[in-house]
Amino acid sequence: MSRSLPRLGPAVRTAGLWAAPLVFLALFYALPMVQVLRLSLTRGGGLAAPFVEVLRSPLQRDILRFTFLQASLSTLLTLLVGLPGAYLLARYSFRGRSLLLALTSVPFVMPTLVVGAAFQALLGPSGWLNLALMELFGLSQPPIAVLHTLTAILLAHVFYNTSIVLRMVGDFWSHVDPRIEAAARTLGASRWEVLRRVTLPLLLPAIAAAALLVFLFDFTSFGVILVLGGPRLATLEVEIYNQTVGLFNLPLAAALSIIQLTCTLALTVAYTRLAARVSRPISLRPRRLTQRPLHGLRQRILAALIIGLLLALLITPLAALAARSVASIGSNGDQGLPGVGGLTIDYYRELWLNRRESIFFVPPSTAIGVSLTYACATVVLSLALGLPAAWALAYRPESAASRLFDPLLLLPLGTSAVTLGLGFIVGLNQPPFDLRASPWLVPLAHTLVALPFVVRSLTPALRSIRPRLRQAAAILGASPRQVVTRVDLPLVGRALLVAAAFAFSISLGEFGATALIARPEYPTVPVMIYRFLSQPGALNYGQALALSTILMVVCAGGMLGIERLRLADVGEF
Amino acid sequence: MNRGILVAAILAAMLAGCRLAPAAPAVTVPPEPAVLTVMTHDSFSISGDALAEFERDHQAQVRFVKAGDAGTMLNKAILAKGNPLADVLYGVDNTYLSRALAEGIFEAYDSPALESVPDELRLDPENRALPIDYGDVCLNYDKAYFADRGLAPPGSLEDLTAPEYAGLTVVENPATSSPGLAFLLTTVGAFGDPGYLHFWEQLAANDVLVVDGWDTAYYTEFSASAGQGTRPIVVSYGSSPVAEVIYASTPIDEPPTAAVVADGTCFRQIEFAGILSGTANRGLAEAWIDFMLSTTFQEDMPLQMFVFPVNPQAQLDPVFQQFLAVPDRPVMVDAADIEAHREEWINAWREVVLR
Repeated sequence: MSRSLPRLGPAVRTAGLWAAPLVFLALFYALPMVQVLRLSLTRGGGLAAPFVEVLRSPLQRDILRFTFLQASLSTLLTLLVGLPGAYLLARYSFRGRSLLLALTSVPFVMPTLVVGAAFQALLGPSGWLNLALMELFGLSQPPIAVLHTLTAILLAHVFYNTSIVLRMVGDFWSHVDPRIEAAARTLGASRWEVLRRVTLPLLLPAIAAAALLVFLFDFTSFGVILVLGGPRLATLEVEIYNQTVGLFNLPLAAALSIIQLTCTLALTVAYTRLAARVSRPISLRPRRLTQRPLHGLRQRILAALIIGLLLALLITPLAALAARSVASIGSNGDQGLPGVGGLTIDYYRELWLNRRESIFFVPPSTAIGVSLTYACATVVLSLALGLPAAWALAYRPESAASRLFDPLLLLPLGTSAVTLGLGFIVGLNQPPFDLRASPWLVPLAHTLVALPFVVRSLTPALRSIRPRLRQAAAILGASPRQVVTRVDLPLVGRALLVAAAFAFSISLGEFGATALIARPEYPTVPVMIYRFLSQPGALNYGQALALSTILMVVCAGGMLGIERLRLADVGEF
Repeated sequence: MNRGILVAAILAAMLAGCRLAPAAPAVTVPPEPAVLTVMTHDSFSISGDALAEFERDHQAQVRFVKAGDAGTMLNKAILAKGNPLADVLYGVDNTYLSRALAEGIFEAYDSPALESVPDELRLDPENRALPIDYGDVCLNYDKAYFADRGLAPPGSLEDLTAPEYAGLTVVENPATSSPGLAFLLTTVGAFGDPGYLHFWEQLAANDVLVVDGWDTAYYTEFSASAGQGTRPIVVSYGSSPVAEVIYASTPIDEPPTAAVVADGTCFRQIEFAGILSGTANRGLAEAWIDFMLSTTFQEDMPLQMFVFPVNPQAQLDPVFQQFLAVPDRPVMVDAADIEAHREEWINAWREVVLR
């Protein structure tokens, strides 16, 4: 290692940390986006014309308003459901805690089409809940009609995104020293005052980060809106797709894309300002010192209520899918509950048969292998790029580079997938970057989405390291490298695992980009599920549900595996 | 913090390395066997045997690129014009045909195999886009539902607006779904413009349900599918009842569903293939088009994709002969007319049905 490096100025060092993530974003995000937007806009009458069209159209204004409305409500609800869960997971150790954490991550990877089927089975006009209520109260009409309403969209967003809050806030919370709160209580503060004036302010950086990511996911929601909202409810993302694919109006689609990006940028800039103001260095404590077992009736009841809420909202739809995947279809006609015939494993067995002798057939084991390969590549790539960026953000938040680049990292989350997909076609078309049909494009695209999660998971943990601790290490003779390996890494070990878990699940569940770029001979599990659902027939439907159930198991298994890794707790200082 | 710079530098180098590595095989085509790239939509499938025959006869290797649904695929082909993603594109249908031709993405090819193809399927006189298969988008209904209630299944589009069919129908959004667009065009062909809007007003008043995709309509809302929804009439394909037999959970003697094939109720989708302008593989691309029109591929296609041969010599599998209902007079709307009015029709439909 060169001796001259430490003498470089701080600005240069920050720039060095930013180099890799920025090169990545420039090549695989900015270049394709600029190319496709330029090409699309120049196909129209004038550059300003499509923007004027958007602003003049009441339909487009409605869409913009609805996009903000549903995203804000969804984010609020997700926080309401997620924060009590985060508290439980952070402060208490109890049997099944890891399992609960793993299971609550599963919704994140489920394809929207099968989730739509699960919601229908539970909440539809002939769903289990309606049938039960009709039976119970002797009603003639189904009392619950949420499908194709805003409520269905909100429920689905809570279902998908609660795990972001549980992981991001829950993990940070589990390392906040409970003695701070205890001290406040000793000094006479009420529980409410402790929550309001101590706990929440301490958690604010993590809550803000989680809320922002949840909001951006909801803001650009596509599949949920199509499947559960129906055509009367459209977000910007859906409208961009309609304009691009249905109507070939590329200039208007580009204008909408730019509007969506501008909103995202405004949000991320506001967020980074807020984050810089509210974060403060605190001591992180190892979990074994912050968590205690549940004791007393009150705590147990509280825990049961929170777990019950999470199970009801996040796990019952999954259970409904799994149940349907082993129920034989088609023999029971009108009697009884839908989908509950005899038990069968036919659909699982069928997954291994290539009856049509199609060249695109793969057994589920291969699809799982392909999915896991992409997921691991995404974890490695996004950690390798996210770690230096998070470092720069944590230690030099005021540097010009950090202030400028921080919001940019989040932009891919607010980008229309259709636009970016077309961007890859026009932006990456020259050798040596002709990646248009390369399998590498899949982990690259997944990393674009995972990167903000990795950076947001790592930065609060890195920021909480007290500068004094690092200075003390340096004074005691530690080399800069030793400061990193002995102080920083042990402190952020947990956060690294959270980041890895996010990257893993984002890649495992991603469908849009994968379907467009994956080589058809090597489909991922979600791509296979969609293939089954594109043809009629009970066997196709059953196989889609069976494969979805396998995907749940793979995801939960992966999460438990990551959880088991033993850099799992912060060191003690 | 020098460590950070080092890490960054290594990463940048790694990244550069992995960018170069996978790109290399894509640009250098080995002399033997030649590689032909075929761009298709998601629904494409072919059996291993059929493909092996082509690869053996032509000493070639075929690589498939699936580029999304038909609309997304066409967008990509248009944006990549001049530096094409593939040698051949398959899967543009007559609702998108004029767009593809106007953008000039295809090179003309007068395949000798076209001779036997009926004239009404050959929509491009210059042979830039060659017909490969066709299929019909038709109303499907739940046979048990109508039999149990002693209600006659729908026999015409007008039936759907009758009071006894109120709340029974689910259709797809023409802005997001290919069968949805086909059904909108059926109504345009049947009632004319603006007559179709009047029909949709009545259909909306009769509580039609509109969903965004075929999968949601069929599997979530349609009562005779495995998803067991609540609506007994759905817009699907003429071939769907046959697929219900082939993909039955336990073997069945007849499909639980039937297609309505009365005159003027179905829309015929014809799918085309073409050689992409700028291909360096013209010879092999021509051979592939001939192969797609040959009986080998034409007979393989129905069971793979549930679409039907344009080559009259191709024999259909017995299961189709037994269960397939084919409309005598499907609706046809001129491809140029569709291109000129697609946006206008969809937007007017949105105003009437969704507002």
